[in-house]
Amino acid sequence: MATIDVPEQVSVLADAEALRKACKGWGTDEKAIISVLGHRNAVQRKQIRLAYEDLYQEDLIKRLESELSGDFEKAVYRWILDPADRDAVLANVAIKKLSPDHHVIVEISCTRSPEELLAVRRAYQARYKHSLEEDVAAHTKGDTRKLLVALVSAFRFDGEEIDTRVANSEAKILHETVKDKEFNHEEIIRILSTRSKMQLMATFNRYRDDHGTTITKNLEGDSGDEFLKTLRPTIRCLNDPKKYFEKVLRNSIRRVGTDEDALTRVIVTRAEKDLKDVKELYYKRNSVPLDQAVAKDTTGDYKALLLTLLGKED
Amino acid sequence: MANPCEVEVLNNALSGIGVDEKSLVSILTKSQNEHKKSMRKGCSKFFLEDERQFERWNDSAIKSLKAEFKLFKDVVVLSLMHPWERDARLLKKALKKGLPHYNVIVEIACTRSSDQLLGARKAYHSLFDRSTEEDLASHVKGSERKLLVALVSAYRYEGPKVKEDAAKSEAKALLNAIKNNNGDHKKKAMEEDEVIWILTTRSKPHLKVVYEQYKKISAKTITEDLEVELLLKETVECLCTPQTYFTRVFDTALREDAKEDAKKALTRLVATQEDVDLKGIAAKFEDKIKERVKGAYKDVLLGVLADDRQ
Repeated sequence: MATIDVPEQVSVLADAEALRKACKGWGTDEKAIISVLGHRNAVQRKQIRLAYEDLYQEDLIKRLESELSGDFEKAVYRWILDPADRDAVLANVAIKKLSPDHHVIVEISCTRSPEELLAVRRAYQARYKHSLEEDVAAHTKGDTRKLLVALVSAFRFDGEEIDTRVANSEAKILHETVKDKEFNHEEIIRILSTRSKMQLMATFNRYRDDHGTTITKNLEGDSGDEFLKTLRPTIRCLNDPKKYFEKVLRNSIRRVGTDEDALTRVIVTRAEKDLKDVKELYYKRNSVPLDQAVAKDTTGDYKALLLTLLGKED
Repeated sequence: MANPCEVEVLNNALSGIGVDEKSLVSILTKSQNEHKKSMRKGCSKFFLEDERQFERWNDSAIKSLKAEFKLFKDVVVLSLMHPWERDARLLKKALKKGLPHYNVIVEIACTRSSDQLLGARKAYHSLFDRSTEEDLASHVKGSERKLLVALVSAYRYEGPKVKEDAAKSEAKALLNAIKNNNGDHKKKAMEEDEVIWILTTRSKPHLKVVYEQYKKISAKTITEDLEVELLLKETVECLCTPQTYFTRVFDTALREDAKEDAKKALTRLVATQEDVDLKGIAAKFEDKIKERVKGAYKDVLLGVLADDRQ
């Protein structure tokens, strides 16, 4: 369930005016920006951008980029974009890093629905004049490349049908691969990147039933080669995305010095999806509400925006 | 007694590509038993003298006759189908038939636009409750698997922008992969990751530049250097020089000794030609079509390739 709090009646014209007022003159009224944008869903945010452009012949996003700075600016920028466009930007940032953030590519390709992933691929082409898969391929090597390209290229069947025979045989293959550390990369890539999500759930369940432990438990640890480091988040995202997001949040806050990129990314991309469930998981795991943990670890306008997106009352 | 002309008409009606329905109808409706018997005796290509004293249909002749009748039906059914469904069904059929038919998968994956290919994948979901890549990955074995799955999963950028430097270095990488493998007979170029990612993720305009750059650094073109790896060769051809590919399909189908698959390839091409520009090629083959193709099938070919088509 979503966490953002959107009012019943919204006037995008009034919103555009309010944002203009917040940006005009000396300094910026960040609180006003948060109080408008932090309470609007994707469709409304898009309409506000159009209304703003109409009224003031200016791109709202560019205006905000020039007025704001730091983590707050990054968060607002990501929040205001269309979800598909946002994912395209996140993917590109992840790819272009000197040491690419494979887990972000995995996260985007494995937690979005098949149609959403297609929209990301289109948005990516529109923005960067390259296909997502070609950029991923050009910046990665070896089996990691094969896995990532396959994941971003997937257009999974989105039906409920599952084949128990296949679940059985593929659970076996996964077990041999994971337990014996003998990585038959071709097979594991094939299974994880082509099967439907429902089919994979059946396979993971079969794995758990056959071996008394979940596949993610068998993959525990942080070490291993690059392929393994990309494989883990892949299986986690496909097996239980909410649990995966809880872990990313937990790690981003716990670190000495918060990992703002990860924190922003998860909150911004899940606020309209399942952040509520992730919050519950967080509380169960850490005995501290997520709002509290975020408030303790962040400051200023950045903190205020995150808390608004988390559904905290003003 | 059968008129020698009629025997010739029958022979002609059943040879070549397609079937001359009109001539056949006129012969059959005017013939009585004795007449038909002497016609059978006159067409030794189609009827054998059985040891039990009757003129028996030559089995392979029946098979090829049925195939010729089917050409018209196939082109009608394929042409009327929504392109997405059509491509999804062609992909499934090629997959079922196995390795010798994988070139159809290459043809579809490489000659359709990005959105058309995507549409085919969507239709595949509806028709078969599986994704295309899922079926391909679980049924194709060997080195073909990587190539085919990746080709079918591509959503290539379609803009004109090409990075010359990248194209140059990728041409070099392809040359290395191909040349090295000519020495080492165990590994095919199709198994090289470099080859796969370049051919299956880069845009078509980019690959055309890679093709040109390759010519500069090698004595031959990529397709010439890939003579032994048919599937990979066809991949490059469909992506970089599609007109060459289409010309070959026409040429092979219109030969004297054309096999069933060659004629089917022509049918497939003609039925999908709204996506692909065939007019220029068809003009070169118009005479051959008039000479070797019969009946309703010929009418379809000529009609569909006519200039005044809307």
